[in-house]
Amino acid sequence: MSVTSPTPAKRVRRRTAEGSPDQPAGTKVRRVTGIDRVIVVLMVFVPTALVILLVWLPALASVALGFTHWEGIGGLDTIQWIGLENYKNIFTNYPPFPPALQHNIIWLVFLFFLPTLFGIFLAVLLDKELRGGRVYQTAFYLPVVLSLALTGFIWQLLYSPDQGLINALTGAHVDWYGDPKVNLWAVLVATGWRHTGYIMLLYLAGLKSVDPSLREAAAVDGSTEVSTFFRIIVPVLRPINLIVLVVTVIDSLRAFDLVWVVNKGRNGLEIIAALVTQNVVGEASRIGFGSALATIMLVISSVFVAIYLRVVMGDPK
Amino acid sequence: VSTALPSTGAIHAPATAEDIAAARTTRRQLTPQRTVLHVFLAVTALGWLFPLAWAVFNSFRDYNYTSTHGYASLGGFTFQNYLNAWQRGNFTHTFLNSVQITVPAVVLTLALSSCVAFVLARFSFKFNLTLLGLFVSANLLPPQALLIPIYRAFRSIPLPFWMSDSGTMLNSYWGLILVNTAFQTGFCTFVLSNYMKTLPHELYEAAQVDGASILRQFWQLTLPLCRPPLAALATLEVTWIYNEFFWATVLLQSGDKFPITSSLNNLKGQFFVDYNLLSAGSVVVALPPILIFFLLQKHFVSGLTLGATKG
Repeated sequence: MSVTSPTPAKRVRRRTAEGSPDQPAGTKVRRVTGIDRVIVVLMVFVPTALVILLVWLPALASVALGFTHWEGIGGLDTIQWIGLENYKNIFTNYPPFPPALQHNIIWLVFLFFLPTLFGIFLAVLLDKELRGGRVYQTAFYLPVVLSLALTGFIWQLLYSPDQGLINALTGAHVDWYGDPKVNLWAVLVATGWRHTGYIMLLYLAGLKSVDPSLREAAAVDGSTEVSTFFRIIVPVLRPINLIVLVVTVIDSLRAFDLVWVVNKGRNGLEIIAALVTQNVVGEASRIGFGSALATIMLVISSVFVAIYLRVVMGDPK
Repeated sequence: VSTALPSTGAIHAPATAEDIAAARTTRRQLTPQRTVLHVFLAVTALGWLFPLAWAVFNSFRDYNYTSTHGYASLGGFTFQNYLNAWQRGNFTHTFLNSVQITVPAVVLTLALSSCVAFVLARFSFKFNLTLLGLFVSANLLPPQALLIPIYRAFRSIPLPFWMSDSGTMLNSYWGLILVNTAFQTGFCTFVLSNYMKTLPHELYEAAQVDGASILRQFWQLTLPLCRPPLAALATLEVTWIYNEFFWATVLLQSGDKFPITSSLNNLKGQFFVDYNLLSAGSVVVALPPILIFFLLQKHFVSGLTLGATKG
């Protein structure tokens, strides 16, 4: 690791010429030396080591273990390499997988078309600087500070078959969390309750950052509010739109807590994250098989992580 | 998912928001359109609060009363549910467990991420962008996808008994705190490094001329200037780690170690569920994050929307 720092003069020039973070070749650099150098190395090394050891190595290990058969009991030498066997089994011979994949997709589509769009809609309404807008904002945002596990419990009071409010009011006898025909939707409503506020907040921050003169110009040109929003605001907010999309996708893929508190991801609530967990925790310890499932999650999420990275770090203007 | 926006965060530009507000006050008259908007928002907001309000309402009611009169009734008010829930949920104990996990994890996360962020902002190394990417994306990976190797490794890493009564990283707070820290460091590094990049570089040059070491520049110059994002991140991270459910559930296996979020299940009886008791328990568990939210709302919101002026 070469620890260098541009000279002050170069630094100033580089900072004025934005967008080219790389130093021009042949720049004179002043080396950070002695104890400072050790400090800088440590400041980077310790956190990086932690993240590599507890995030990146496990991720790679999941990929590798996906090609093996291992009960996880003996030492590493009891691992058998079996190639794509696990994947073949997942796709052809593992009944919970197709519903789990389907549920994750429904989860995503639902979150996107209802809570996400509704959150954006609320953000647009709240951006109008209404009197009391803060109060509304707080109400929508409040569920976001609660954990998803707790959300599951709170909604149980509405969903319970014999004592829940919904059945009491409608006279129905539905076990909203238990009946595999409806429980996915019940869980989705509870998730959406929380997701809406989060998206609203993100989008509201984005809207506040829009240059007001854009709207004014559009208004002068006789553009209606709706067409200004779709033709000017939405394109300007492209980065936020992408982030909201990525957040929604990743949240759908990570969905776990709520399902786990309801029934540990069985009986109508199969989702990939819960399948992975079921394969390691508890009596069945199928490490290779579970890792193959984990790898599928990793592959899907990596696409969206890449998009996110491009948005937040790419092409600084 | 925790995320930061590549937009002007609330902290950076309070003036802009006020400007917008000022520019629009002229239009703030109560037209019929506005009235409709208010009615719509008010009704929706009340609907949004309803599940929580329902839990609070029923947490103060006697189970025998509600089971004979139904929930759509008034009366049977009592505080007993809270006393029972507190006892059955063992909340004193589990709350202390949560504190024992949350406080070290948040402190460690902020310490480590401000170190990396400082180096990323202070110097321009070739590897800066890669490093930032490594941290930011680590925060976005699904934790369940990393469960198996971590679980297996923790089970075989021995810890002396004075550190963990299970004798391994599994079922000990050490493992849980480290995992939470590793996951949250990415987000905090991102927010902090963006903030630190907005500090004028001339400050460091002056400090350098005065002969201040890197450590002093970090400790006496950068960190004091970073109070706003640190406060925002601390607020957010306390809430998140307090709320964290997955790792606590899978890495701690004995019930007496569970933090408060994972111990609500204690309130579910084997054969029947006393929903009033469960409501009281839910309200107790929800109270700390809600208090934090109301007391530190400004930090909370700015933390979530804080990201990055890129320049």
